[in-house]
Amino acid sequence: MKLIAEVSRWAIPLLFLLIPVVAYIRRVPVYESFVTGAEEGFKTGVRILPFLIGMLLAIRVFIDSGALELIARFLRPLLIHFGLNPDLTAIIPLAVMRPLSGSGALGVATQLIYQYGPDSFIGRLASTLQGSTDTTFFVLTVYFGSVGIRKYRYALKLGLIADFVGFIVSVWIVSKVF
Amino acid sequence: MLNLIWLIMLAAGILVAAVTGRIETVTVSAMKAAELGVEVAFELIGVMSLWLGLMRLAEEAGLVRALARVFGPAIRYLFPTLRPDSPALGAIIMNLSANILGLGNAATPFGLKAMQELQKENPHPDTASPAMCTFLALNTSALTLVPATIIGVRLKAQSANPTEIIGTTIVATGCAMVAAIVADQFFRRRERL
Repeated sequence: MKLIAEVSRWAIPLLFLLIPVVAYIRRVPVYESFVTGAEEGFKTGVRILPFLIGMLLAIRVFIDSGALELIARFLRPLLIHFGLNPDLTAIIPLAVMRPLSGSGALGVATQLIYQYGPDSFIGRLASTLQGSTDTTFFVLTVYFGSVGIRKYRYALKLGLIADFVGFIVSVWIVSKVF
Repeated sequence: MLNLIWLIMLAAGILVAAVTGRIETVTVSAMKAAELGVEVAFELIGVMSLWLGLMRLAEEAGLVRALARVFGPAIRYLFPTLRPDSPALGAIIMNLSANILGLGNAATPFGLKAMQELQKENPHPDTASPAMCTFLALNTSALTLVPATIIGVRLKAQSANPTEIIGTTIVATGCAMVAAIVADQFFRRRERL
């Protein structure tokens, strides 16, 4: 685990050293090429703007109005009925928030970790769940938006299936390991 | 499906706000969403320019193609519709490596680059191609070896062992990814009928 952490720490500086050096040796005009590539960053940012605003509008209104909390409260008896340990219900708001908002989910996870303690069952579960999937709606919006795709076909289903499986496996593995 | 989900989130939010007597939150949230969209997009512009600049260097030096030649065959079975020498492969590999190494802000620019390349091979430019859906499935399940952000939170909360959740996270994210890949194969086959 130490090794992996070291690799992450060194990866970016090394990339910024090795790639320009190799490019220079292969006679690429390094500065000019860098600038040409960087130009695309602005265009992409502007292209995804309407998609981001559209998606954030629905997500913010849904979360800020309390509708998300209401759903979490409604899911609680349902999940207990299907055999979820009642002690685990504190995790439901995080599970519902995870695909919708990255910063929102991080906020909920942080709050759970402080409230229950990082080494409690809920604390470990919240940590695992937070890292187990990405923010599905954000990824879809930005990736598809950047190339102007409006019809997502079955991609949203795939993302939500991954989120659901990530949740079930997180609960299972954390109960099993700790 | 997306249109319906979008409408339901918006309408349910407004309805709940109305019933709980906090209708003004809707107005505030809508305005905030617009501002937040601009903020996120502009933050992305900076990191994206940085990484796309470096990516361009890697491309012109032939490094991206070399990467695609080495790892391409391994991931190509997930993308059977791509040409074997597709430039998208290099970008896809860089995106997955950045995710795995936990370089979150590099993963997005590489991912968007991959989407651009995939779009060039897409016969219907307003509709997601099968290869794009596969790529998105890999990305939303976010395979990573170091969940750095949450380790930081645990550290600050004085955990006795902040990194102990790495193992459980890898299992959970791995299963999520396998599930997404299996579901992708299923939907792809069904749509072709």
